Amino acid sequence: MSHEDRPASAGMPVGIPAGADAATSVPVGTMTNLAVPAVRLTGITKRYPGVIANSNITFTVRRGSVHALVGENGAGKSTLMKTLYGMHRPDEGVIEIDGKTVNFGSPADAIAAGIGMVHQHFMLADNLTVWENIVLGSEPTSRGGLIRSKQAIATIREIEERYGLEVEPTSLVEYLGVGARQRVEILKVLYRGAKILILDEPTAVLVPQEVDELFDNLRELKREGLTIIFISHKLDEVRDIADDITVIRRGATVGTADPKTVTNRELAEMMVGSELPSPQTSESTVTDRPVLTLTSVGAADPDGRAVLTDISLTIHAGEVLGIAGVEGNGQAELVDAIMGIRPLSAGRIELGDDDITKMSTLRRREAGVGFIPEDRHRQGLILEGTLWENRMLGHQTRRPSSNGWLLTRAAARADTQRIVDEFDVRTPGIEVKASSLSGGNQQKLIVGREMSSNPRLLIAAHPTRGVDVGAQAAVWDHLRHARAEGLAVLLISADLEELIGLSDTITVILRGRLVGKYDPRTVTPQQLGSAMTGADGVGHGSVAAHEKGGSPGTGVGPSGGEPDGPPLGELGRHSQSNDELGRR
Amino acid sequence: MKRLSMRRLLLGAAGPATALVGAAIIIVALLLAAGHNPIDAFVAMGGAFSDPSVVTSAINQTTVFYLSAVAVAIGFKMNLFNIGVDGQYRLAAMVAAAFAGMTAMGSLPGPIRIVLTLLVAMAVGAIWSGIAGWLRVTRGVSEVISTIMLNSISTAIIAFLLTPDMWAIQKGYNVSTRPITAGGQAPNFDIGSGTPLFSMILLGLLVGVAYWFLLNRTVFGFSLRATGMSETAAVASGISVKKMMFYAMLLSGAVAGLVGMPELLNGTAGSYSLNFQTGIGFTGIAIALLGRNHPVGIVFAAALWSFLASSSNALQSVNIPKEMVAIMQGVIVLLVVIAYEIVRRASVVLEQRDVARQLDVAAGSEVAA
Repeated sequence: MSHEDRPASAGMPVGIPAGADAATSVPVGTMTNLAVPAVRLTGITKRYPGVIANSNITFTVRRGSVHALVGENGAGKSTLMKTLYGMHRPDEGVIEIDGKTVNFGSPADAIAAGIGMVHQHFMLADNLTVWENIVLGSEPTSRGGLIRSKQAIATIREIEERYGLEVEPTSLVEYLGVGARQRVEILKVLYRGAKILILDEPTAVLVPQEVDELFDNLRELKREGLTIIFISHKLDEVRDIADDITVIRRGATVGTADPKTVTNRELAEMMVGSELPSPQTSESTVTDRPVLTLTSVGAADPDGRAVLTDISLTIHAGEVLGIAGVEGNGQAELVDAIMGIRPLSAGRIELGDDDITKMSTLRRREAGVGFIPEDRHRQGLILEGTLWENRMLGHQTRRPSSNGWLLTRAAARADTQRIVDEFDVRTPGIEVKASSLSGGNQQKLIVGREMSSNPRLLIAAHPTRGVDVGAQAAVWDHLRHARAEGLAVLLISADLEELIGLSDTITVILRGRLVGKYDPRTVTPQQLGSAMTGADGVGHGSVAAHEKGGSPGTGVGPSGGEPDGPPLGELGRHSQSNDELGRR
Repeated sequence: MKRLSMRRLLLGAAGPATALVGAAIIIVALLLAAGHNPIDAFVAMGGAFSDPSVVTSAINQTTVFYLSAVAVAIGFKMNLFNIGVDGQYRLAAMVAAAFAGMTAMGSLPGPIRIVLTLLVAMAVGAIWSGIAGWLRVTRGVSEVISTIMLNSISTAIIAFLLTPDMWAIQKGYNVSTRPITAGGQAPNFDIGSGTPLFSMILLGLLVGVAYWFLLNRTVFGFSLRATGMSETAAVASGISVKKMMFYAMLLSGAVAGLVGMPELLNGTAGSYSLNFQTGIGFTGIAIALLGRNHPVGIVFAAALWSFLASSSNALQSVNIPKEMVAIMQGVIVLLVVIAYEIVRRASVVLEQRDVARQLDVAAGSEVAA
């Protein structure tokens, strides 16, 4: 897992910010040295214990271009970028910036050489303003040691104007949406004089409209002569924005591709060495037997603010109900409510014919609810525990884990071995600690465990987040299989393609309410994106809800809630909300 | 798999071994700095055990330390820091002593009296720690704070109850509970060393086995460990964290209640007096750390602690202050904590490397195929 780690800070302070100077000098450099690539990595090898590192990677980026670096999770993209950003030294190989060989000892060296990194996870102080966040660590100071705020704000406005990045420097970061936060991160590196920007999966947290905005920004940056390295595994986006594509697999360069001519399939084949899996499900298996029924469910956070309002839905046996939404709009709270982790303030939950509203989490699990949590490290696993101990987790009161009060260790071990075999968990054995496995294998173990006790209902929250393509395909397969066997599945995902591909019905959650129902066969990601942000007019069912042929009414519908509901800028544990929410 | 478990064993032993060697080096340096001959010191300490009665009393003391450390370890397994073992065992010993010394008890058969005394001690310990557990679960009061305060309160309650007006009798300058009459104490083993071996060593053994069984073989123990390792995962798995916290506190207190029993039921006084051993609850914290909360590890840790303590008097015979032993104990605990962390990190890296190698092999065969 260490290769997935992000550094604690974006970089070291370096001298006086050179944002404006750097920008003006760039076009000149572009004219004179067009032939010299901005970045050239040759024969980069990095060995690590426990992860696929880089072996003999060669990677060349033209100046003034957007170069996409694609590959599965764990293919070595992050390791390579950490090398370029000076976070570690390569064991072998040469790094050239603008034709000059460099040797970075720390990110500070890389920043001094004009390299900036925009991390996937924002590193911003919510309680500071935009300009304060941008200058943090390289503040322009007067001789007396005071921060020259006017100068800083002026410099930032200049950069914003030059590159067409719109954020008000004096507003508090706390009130910004995801897209704006990302612009602040980009401004941070531009302020430090970056000419080469590394963007690590920048679209992972964005809805489609925000992605378009980001791409407009990137094109503007490119026009101004900056070089952008764009890390992603979303192939459509890569083909949209990139001028060049380099694919890496298992730590080695597989080749380059021309985004104008290459197809998704070709790219995917390069990435995984085989065909890209698709989340498509086959014909409907939806029955008319309701498994999970929520009636007017409401919940509040400890401060008494409503986080879920009037949620009614039904999932039938053999049906996958997908929930789309910008993170932090109540998805986590809904899962907690169904699992019995969060008390309800209103409403009723039924599993089959049984009212489980008052049941404990354990009783619900015993009644046949499987749970693939959104954060497997926090909720799904005991990282310090062995695989077979993790097999028992959540199933500790049932066979084969125990007879109720005594553990049946031999049976649990045997069943763990079965899961490892059947679900293709790559591990040297079942006695290793869960923390030693890669994310994809951890997830396969969890999926295997949750499918192993004949559940009636499966709650899958972001089941393929942060896992490689191989594991993703496996998880999809298992979900499809479970659906065919008559399991009811509640699927929550930020990956709209996954939602559309797997679901029988999709509903959108916005500010703790269900605001519309869509047929995955006809809906587009753009439509969902609009509904997710409330851009379609608060979303209350104003996008026609399509009734699926074979699907009896799922009971999900426009909640009819008033548009003047509680002004929840942020919901639940995620403080990030989208632009529209932020501005309210 | 065999290789894995072998390595785990070696790594497990490497921690304490390096810590002990490191501690020895530091202690030698300290002794030299203080102008003492380290060889004299070690010879004197070792020589102390040529007297079999010193060995026997060290074993007896080991039992006491062991019980205290298990009480602390139960809390540690849940990430609960029960600093209150000290107050719990003193109050429990005092109340149990007063109970066992009651004249009404004289008419009951011996074994029943002993069992009743043990039960009373466990109940009092559990009630006392239960207060802290209850406060934690219902009001969110940190058990660290509440148990420290409960220690002081138990001292005050003991001072109040241990007066001739209440449950105590005056004996010269000492006050004590009414001594347990014949038959109410547990028999000792005479092993011909001059000092009898406490039969409560069997109680320690029983508690150790029960602790191991509970943790590793029961659903309750699994839930306890799971909660200790990841509270969020425990909640998602349907484990009621609050319930587990409360139960763990109760259990910790019940075992703490037993800490005073070897001295009460095997000791010569047969009563709780002003001379009753204090401070063992705090020693238990260090020993639990040293023994990594492991039922067998704690045995060795408790023995080391106890034997070091018993050799301290011998140091004085070669004009070295006996406080040197306290320094040794402190150095050992510090180094052990450091060594454990280093070993833990090393084993994580080794295991990840193993898994990666496994995957490489798998990948290689895929390519071949």
